Amino acid sequence: MRISKDAARHVAELSMIEFKEDELEKFTEQLGNILEYMEKLNELDTSHVEPTFHVLELSTPLRDDVVKPCLSSDEALESAPQREEGFFAVPKFIED
Amino acid sequence: MDLPFLTIREVSELIKRGEISPVELTGSILSRIEGVNGRVHAYISILKDEATDAAKEAEKLISSGTYLGPLHGVPISIKDIFVMKGTRTTCGSKILENFVSPYDATVVEKLKRAGAIIIGKNNMDEFAMGSSTENSYFGPTKNPWDLERVPGGSSGGSAASVAASLCFASVGTDTGGSIRQPAALCGIAGLKPTYGRVSRFGMIAFASSLDQAGPLTKTVEDAALMLNAIAGGDPRDSTSVHIPVPDYTRCINDGVRGIRIGVPREYFINGIDIEIEKSVKAAISLIEDLGGSIEEISLPHTEYAVSVYYILAPSEASSNLARYDGVRYGFRVSDADSLRDMYMRTRAQGFGAEVKRRIMIGTYALSAGYYDAYYLKAQRVRTLIKRDFDEAFKRVDVIMTPTSPEAAFKIGEKTGDPLRMYLSDIFTIPCNLVGLPGISVPCGFTSSGLPIGLQILGKPFDEETLLRVAHNYEIHTNWRERRPPI
Repeated sequence: MRISKDAARHVAELSMIEFKEDELEKFTEQLGNILEYMEKLNELDTSHVEPTFHVLELSTPLRDDVVKPCLSSDEALESAPQREEGFFAVPKFIED
Repeated sequence: MDLPFLTIREVSELIKRGEISPVELTGSILSRIEGVNGRVHAYISILKDEATDAAKEAEKLISSGTYLGPLHGVPISIKDIFVMKGTRTTCGSKILENFVSPYDATVVEKLKRAGAIIIGKNNMDEFAMGSSTENSYFGPTKNPWDLERVPGGSSGGSAASVAASLCFASVGTDTGGSIRQPAALCGIAGLKPTYGRVSRFGMIAFASSLDQAGPLTKTVEDAALMLNAIAGGDPRDSTSVHIPVPDYTRCINDGVRGIRIGVPREYFINGIDIEIEKSVKAAISLIEDLGGSIEEISLPHTEYAVSVYYILAPSEASSNLARYDGVRYGFRVSDADSLRDMYMRTRAQGFGAEVKRRIMIGTYALSAGYYDAYYLKAQRVRTLIKRDFDEAFKRVDVIMTPTSPEAAFKIGEKTGDPLRMYLSDIFTIPCNLVGLPGISVPCGFTSSGLPIGLQILGKPFDEETLLRVAHNYEIHTNWRERRPPI
């Protein structure tokens, strides 16, 4: 399936990745080729087949609600690109 | 004695008897890394100081009479996808170039507890996305057998470090073949355990329903020793399975008489390299000579596996990689004028092309209007692939196939054509989709001297039979006597 450059641009925005125009053009073509290959799956009738989201029988294990040692705020902030007063700092995103 | 060329089993005997010290052994590996790694580029970080300290610690403990087992004092490496406290963990990406982890992955914790010396962190395709290790932000790893060729991927640094004797073993990860394919291309053993056998805690996520950690080693027995150390349920990974861990070396010396081997006709197709087909068929005949029974089987949905995988893995990745936003750790652009601008440009500059491509594919497949046609469709076909294996394993104990349709290819040969690169994984992917254990062991060389891998797939949580068959094959062949010319 071919996809349009506009569709690719929309996906890029959903993905939160900025692309230059020439980059986007190349990606549009590559995505189209890859999706075309995926079309192969339409050869199969799967209307009566259940999906396998996970190979294991998953359960949600519970543990006792007991406080255990965890990272200190300093340790958690150690790799932050920018921090202020014990918090992660980001550019302003609420308008005045 | 040329220490770096020995196996874990061999050096551990020497350490146990006090004939060599962990400090001496670690020194011998570090000096080999110094001499050889520049040409191979198997490591992103070399932990010289940490390893030397750990070796001294091991030496003290052993000389005071406390011997922790076969990994005690043995230098090994880990793929740079496992976080390790106080060291840089990059996952092969610019976005994590300077990330220092505040904690240890469970695999790292277990290796340390077993006394292993972690000597370095291996190069890899960025976020484990690739089949050649060319997608690393830190530059490609070279195949020790031919420096103009790729080592496979994504655990290419791990495989090259073992093949070039720059460590005694490595732990890699396998989402669609990333342990087995590089093991095949570098002429070593590589084991992907059953999904859930090894904890994923602290292992940077690519596709959470497929990712699994496992060892790359010089011999099958060494793979069993490594699996002994890293396997087991973990309260910090809800998908790890809490069933007892056997001693994986216990049964490997049992013969293969009576073992039923399935050979799927769909894996011997047009397009597979003729020399590879010949070597794999010869390996199957040898197992038959040793008392195994061979049966042709069919896995009819094999040809759909690549499509299923390249929908599901990118879908899971697009969600997992949303966390790299420049807020809590890693790279951030410095001049953003809004939060959104920061996200968009941080990710544009922090991720490489293949990672962006997969995030885009996954986001598309999960987006409104396409979810049913791609993601759900792929999950349904995954069921059909699983049924193929369920049926097959009613009749056979293990399945034998080639690991890769071709030997190591030239650096740069496939980078322009993503789809062609994806097809490198055609024989390794189905195993991940179904969660099975699989191993690759060397089974010969091409006429130009490149290694060929035999893949053996087993029933879920039956790594013992897998290792037993692989070990029997290995000890009746002498492929291991050849060493890469480096």
